[in-house]
Amino acid sequence: MSQPHRTPATGRIDRSVPVTFTFDGRTLQGFAGDTLASALLANGIHLVGRSFKYHRPRGILTAGSEEPNALVGVAKSAAAAAAGQSVPNLRATQVEIHEGMVVVSQNRWPSLAFDICAVNDRLAPIFVAGFYYKTFMWPKSFWNSVYEPFIRSAAGLGKAPTAPDPDRYANRYAHCDVLVAGGGPAGLAAALAAARAGGRVIIADEQGEFGGSLLHETGATVDSKPATDWVASAVAELAGNARVTILPRTTVFGYFNQNFVALAERVTDHLAAPDPSLPRERLWQVRARQVVIATGAIERPLVFPENDRPGVMMAEAARIYAGRFGVLPGEEIVVATACDSAWVAALDIAEAGGKVAAIIDMRPDPGAALVARAREAGIRIETDCVVTGVLGKKRVKGVLIGRRKASGVVAAGEISCDCLLMSGGWTPNVSLHSQARGKLDWQPEKGAFLPGDPVQAQRSAGSCRGVDGLAAVLADGAAAGAQAVEAATGTPAPVPDFPATGGEAGSGWWLGTVPHDRNAARVRAFVDFQNDVTAKDVKLAVREGMHSIEHIKRYTTTGMATDQGRLSNMNALSIASSALDNQIPQVGLTTFRQPYTPVTFGTLAATSRGDLFDPVRRTPIHPWAAEKGAAFEDVALWKRAWYFPGPGEDMHKAVERECRIVRESVGIFDATTLGKIEVVGPDAAEFLERIYTNPWKKLGVGRLRYGLMLNEAGFIIDDGVVGRLAEDRFHVTTTTGGAPRVLALMEDYLQTEWPDLEVWLTSTTEQWAVVAVQGPKAREAIAPLVDDIDLSTDAMPHMSVREGHVMGGIPCRLFRMSFTGEAGYEINVPPSRARQVWEAVFANVERLGGCPYGTETMHVLRAEKGYIIVGQETDGTVTPDDVGMSWAIGKKKPDFVGKRSLARPDLVAEGRKQMVGLLTKDATTLLEEGAQVTVEAEPARRTPALGHVTSSYVSPAAGRPIALAMIANGRARMGETLHVPMPGGAIAVEVVSPVFVDPEGNRLNV
Amino acid sequence: MLLIHCPCCGVDRPEIEFRHGGEAHIARPADPSALDDHQWADFLYMRSNPKGVTAERWRHVHGCGRFFNALRDTVSDRFLAVYRTGEPRPDLDAASTGMEGGK
Amino acid sequence: MSETALYRPALADNQANAEVLARPGIKVTRAGPLARFVFRGDAAAAGKAGGAFGAALPVAPLAANAVGARAALWQGPDEWLLLARPEADGEQAVDMLARQLAGEVAAALGDTPHSLVDVSERNVALLVEGAGAADLLNAHVFLDLSPEAFPVGTATRTLFTKAEITLWRLGDEAFAIEVWRSFAPYVEGLLIEG
Repeated sequence: MSQPHRTPATGRIDRSVPVTFTFDGRTLQGFAGDTLASALLANGIHLVGRSFKYHRPRGILTAGSEEPNALVGVAKSAAAAAAGQSVPNLRATQVEIHEGMVVVSQNRWPSLAFDICAVNDRLAPIFVAGFYYKTFMWPKSFWNSVYEPFIRSAAGLGKAPTAPDPDRYANRYAHCDVLVAGGGPAGLAAALAAARAGGRVIIADEQGEFGGSLLHETGATVDSKPATDWVASAVAELAGNARVTILPRTTVFGYFNQNFVALAERVTDHLAAPDPSLPRERLWQVRARQVVIATGAIERPLVFPENDRPGVMMAEAARIYAGRFGVLPGEEIVVATACDSAWVAALDIAEAGGKVAAIIDMRPDPGAALVARAREAGIRIETDCVVTGVLGKKRVKGVLIGRRKASGVVAAGEISCDCLLMSGGWTPNVSLHSQARGKLDWQPEKGAFLPGDPVQAQRSAGSCRGVDGLAAVLADGAAAGAQAVEAATGTPAPVPDFPATGGEAGSGWWLGTVPHDRNAARVRAFVDFQNDVTAKDVKLAVREGMHSIEHIKRYTTTGMATDQGRLSNMNALSIASSALDNQIPQVGLTTFRQPYTPVTFGTLAATSRGDLFDPVRRTPIHPWAAEKGAAFEDVALWKRAWYFPGPGEDMHKAVERECRIVRESVGIFDATTLGKIEVVGPDAAEFLERIYTNPWKKLGVGRLRYGLMLNEAGFIIDDGVVGRLAEDRFHVTTTTGGAPRVLALMEDYLQTEWPDLEVWLTSTTEQWAVVAVQGPKAREAIAPLVDDIDLSTDAMPHMSVREGHVMGGIPCRLFRMSFTGEAGYEINVPPSRARQVWEAVFANVERLGGCPYGTETMHVLRAEKGYIIVGQETDGTVTPDDVGMSWAIGKKKPDFVGKRSLARPDLVAEGRKQMVGLLTKDATTLLEEGAQVTVEAEPARRTPALGHVTSSYVSPAAGRPIALAMIANGRARMGETLHVPMPGGAIAVEVVSPVFVDPEGNRLNV
Repeated sequence: MLLIHCPCCGVDRPEIEFRHGGEAHIARPADPSALDDHQWADFLYMRSNPKGVTAERWRHVHGCGRFFNALRDTVSDRFLAVYRTGEPRPDLDAASTGMEGGK
Repeated sequence: MSETALYRPALADNQANAEVLARPGIKVTRAGPLARFVFRGDAAAAGKAGGAFGAALPVAPLAANAVGARAALWQGPDEWLLLARPEADGEQAVDMLARQLAGEVAAALGDTPHSLVDVSERNVALLVEGAGAADLLNAHVFLDLSPEAFPVGTATRTLFTKAEITLWRLGDEAFAIEVWRSFAPYVEGLLIEG
C-alpha cells in the first residue's frame, strides 16, 4: 500500500477518494481531506525542507499555521509548474491536497537529501547571532563586489513564480455585530450565542473545516453528541441563519483601529479545477461592532539539544495527525513532556494503533491517573527525566535520556525510536489581542501571558485567554458571544449552555532551555526553528549588550519567522530573562503585528491591478484619436493624444509637421480634459477677485480673461481662462491635473473664510467636451458649422465667449482664445455629441490642409510664445513676477489669495530666478529639460547653478531648438552667454526673450 | 482605516472619504496688508503640532463636501469630538469621548 | 425593478449596449440619458426650487426624493442633484427638458441667490439590480448596505474603490450609481470583475 503510515481506521479523511500529487518529483498518494503534511507523513516522509541559515534538514513540526519548517512551493498542476505559476513558502500543514498538485521543497540545492549549503551548519560558529553585523564589515570595498551579491543570492526563502500571476483576486467590505476569529469550540459557542440573539455574525477559521480541537478530541461529547457531530450541527445551524457569514480557510490576519479587521479567504487553492469565475483569494475588510477572539493556544516546543531533527514533532500535532488525519508519525514513538496534555496525546496515539515506546516527563510526579492509564497501555514511563539529545540527522534514530538530580542531569541511557514528540505546555494565542493594542498580563502560575483589558471593542474567549478544559472553553465562548452581541445591539442575549464531557484540563509547563549533561559548547538547542536561532544565540545577544527584548529579537531574528514567534517567543523570553537575571514581565514580550500569517500581494491588491489599477479617464474623442493611430500620454488620470504620427513618422517628425501646419493653416486639438468649474451667484465676481490675482469685476459679459492663481505663500499654483457668461455666472477653466485641487481650494475659502459670500461652485469638467481649433484658418474651419453666433472679429474678438448652437441645434459654449499664439476657438459641446462635432470640424480642417495635433505640439506652440505651463515652468516656488506675469496682477485690488506674500522680503529680493528664453549658440543642440545653467563652462565644484532649463523643444517656427529656463536675475542677462554643463561637455547658450514667435501678438486677431 | 463621524451627514464613514485640512482655528487675517512680515509668516507657516489633543480641519470630500473640525489625540489616533466650522473648540471634559466600539 | 420611474435602460439606438453584466441574481445596466442639475443654495432657495422642479429637495442628510420622472438627491447641506427624465428619447429631448427646467426654476427663485448648473452629461448612471446587488457593490463600496443601515431612498456620495460615485438605493435589490462620465468604464470594469 502506498500510504504505510495510516492508522487502521481513524480520522476524517475520505479513504475512498485517493488523491495523487507529487513531492520533489515523486508521485505520492493521499486521501481527500488530507493536508499536504498529513499526506507526506502517511507516506513516511518527515524531511520536507532545509532551514534558512544552516540548511539543516527539517521535518514537519506542527499541524497548524505556526509551522516553521515545512515551507513548500506549490503549483496547481504540472502544466502550471512548467508555466512558472507557483506559490512559494506555503505551510504544508495548511495546504489541502488536490489531484495533480505539484509540490517542491525549498532552500536546498541540488536536492533535499543532499544540500550543498548544508556546509553552513559546519560553519555555525561563524554564523552566530548578529553575524552579518560583524562578518561583512571589512574590507569596505568588499561590500558591493562580494558581500552584497552573496547575501542577495543566499537570502530569501522559496522561489518566486516566474510568470505573471494568472489568478483573480477579490475584495469584500462587510459589517457585522460580532466577528468571531476562530472556529474551535470557543468560537463556535460564541457564534451560536451571538447568532441566536439575532446578531449579524461573521465567523472565520483558517482551516478548511470548522471545529478546531474538537476534530481530534475523539472521546469528547458536547450536548450529549460526539464532538464532531456537535460541530456539524453547530455549523449547520450557523449556515442556516441568513445573518451569519461562515468563512472557512479564512485567516483573520490584521486587527486595526476601531475594529477594522482584515481577513484573507483562500477560495480555490484546495480545488484541482476551480470554477474560473471564482477568485483565488478574497480580502475581507470587516468593520465589526464587537470582536470575539477565539484563537486557542499553541503548544510550545522544548528546547533541548538537536530538538530540530526530522521526526521531532509537537505532541498535540501527532495527536491531530492520528485522530483527525489517520496518520501515525512513527513506528516507535517517544514522548518528551513537561505537561499532562502530551500524555493524552500518547494515549490517543496508542489507541489509534501507534506504538509509544516511552513517556519522559520532566516532572517528578505526573498525575496518577495519567500514569495509570499509560502503564495500562504498556508505555514505559520515566519521570524526573529529560531528553538530552537526539540521534540521527535526517530522521530521528533515538533519544538520549538524562535523569534530573540535585547536582544536575545525569545520563540515563538511550531509547531507540523514529519519532520524538515534545510538549512544553501551552502558549495562549494572544496575537490578535496584541494587534488590537490590548496589553498582556503575566500569569506566573500558568507561565503565560494572558490578554489584559482590551483597548478596542473585543474580548478573548477560551484557551487564548488561558481557560482550560473543553466544558470551560465552551462556556467561556458562549458567554463571550452573548456579551458581544449584547454590547453590539443593546439587546439582552441569553448565554446558551453547551454541556461537555472529555477534553479535561491538564497541568504542567516548562519555559526555556531544558537542562542536560552534554558539552554546552558543542550542542545546539533550537528556539526559533525557521530562523535557526538557538538558545546560545539568545544568551550571546544578552552578553553583547542587547537588554531589551526588542533588541534581542532583531539581533537574533528570533520571533521574526512567518509565525511571528508564536512557537518560539516564550522560550526565547525565558532564556533572555534568565540571562538578564530579570523577571519575565520586566523583560516583556515583543509586539505582535499584522499580518498574523503571510498574505499574498494578490489578496492585498484585489482588483486594483492591470487596467483597473486606477481609473483611466478617456475623452469622447479618444476612440477617434486611437483609430487615427495617435500616441497617448498620461496626464493625471487622463489619456491624452500626444501626437499623431503619419506614415513613417517618429514623434519628432510628427510634432514638427503638426506645429508647422497649425501656424500655416489650422489644427484640431482635444482640450476636453481641462478642468471646468461653474461659479454662480451674486458674489461670483467678488469671489474670483479674491481667488485670482486678476481683476474680474469689470470683465464684460461675453468676455474671457486669463486667470492666475496663487497660494497664500504667493506662489503660482494654477492658471486658466475664465469666461463671464452672465453677471452672476462664470465658466472657469483649470489645468487638467489641477481641477480637483482648485475646486477643493475654492470650496475651502468659501466654506471656512468667506461663508458670507453668496456664490456656489459646480464641477462641469465632464459636462463639456472641448474641440480646440487653432491656426489662421480656424474660423474658416468652424464657420460652416456654427448655427447662431457671429464669428467676425468685430462681433467676437479674441478673448470672448458666446453661447449658441452648432450643427443644427447642438448646444455649445464657444470660446475665442489661444494657447498657441494663433487665432483660435474652443468649442464646448455635450460629450454625447462631441465626436460628431469633432468629425465635422475635422472634415473642414482636413479640407483646409490642416491636421489633428496632440499635447506635444501644444507644448511646443505655447513655448514658442513663452506661455508657461504650471508645474513645468513653475515648481511651487515661483511668483507671477518670476515668470514675467506681473501684468496679471490686479494692482488696485486690496487683497487676493497670496497678495500679502508678494511683498515678503524674499519674494521681492534681487537675484530671484526669472523666466527667460535660451538659444544654444550652435543653433542645433537640444537642451535637456532640468539641466542646470551656470556662468562658466566648467564651474568650480560647489558653485551654485544660476538656474535650470524648464522647457526645451525643437521649434519649427524658430527653425532651431529653443528653451525656457528659470535663471537668477534672468531678465537682466539678455544677450549674455551662459553654459549648460553636461557629461559630454558644456553647451553654450544665449539668454533671450522667452517669446520666440510673434511678440506683438498680431496673429491672434486675424 | 479610521472611522470619522461627519457632523453634517450624521454618520461614521471611513477616513478615505475625507481629506485632512491642517490645523483648525487659524483664521485668515481680515486685512493681511496690516500684518508685518513676522506676523504674516506666523499665519502662513507656524502650527502647534502637539503630542496629544489637536484641533484639526477635515473635509468630507467624498461625501457632503463640508469642512468641519475635529479633536483628535495624536498619541492614540482617536477622534474625541467633531464640530462644525465656526463653532468654538469644545471643552473636552464636557464632550463625549466615546467614539470607539459599541454601537 | 426599481421603485422609481426615473431610470430606464439606455436604448439600443443611443448606447451600443445597455447591458453591462447579467449573471444569476445580478444585472447591471446603463441607464438612458437624463436631464441633471446641481442646485446649490440655502434651505429657503431649495424650498422654492422643489416646487418648480417637481420634486421637493430633501433637507435630511442622505435622503432622496423621487416623484415620478423627477428626483432630488441630497448631496450636502447646500447641494442637491436633480434628475429628470424627458418624455421622449434622445439627447435633444434632454437638451429641451434641461432648458425648460432651468427656466422654470430660475423663474421660481427670482432674486433668491442660488446656483443651478446643468450637468446632464457630466454624469452617467448604472443600475445594479438583483438579489446579489448589495453583495456585488460591497466588493467596491465600503458602506454597510444592509437594509437597516442603508434603507431604500438613501443616497450618498461615496467611493467605489478609487472613483467617486453617488449611490442611491432605489429598492431592496436595486441601486443606481451616478458617476462622472469618464469614470464609468472603470466602475463597469470593476463590477464585471466582481
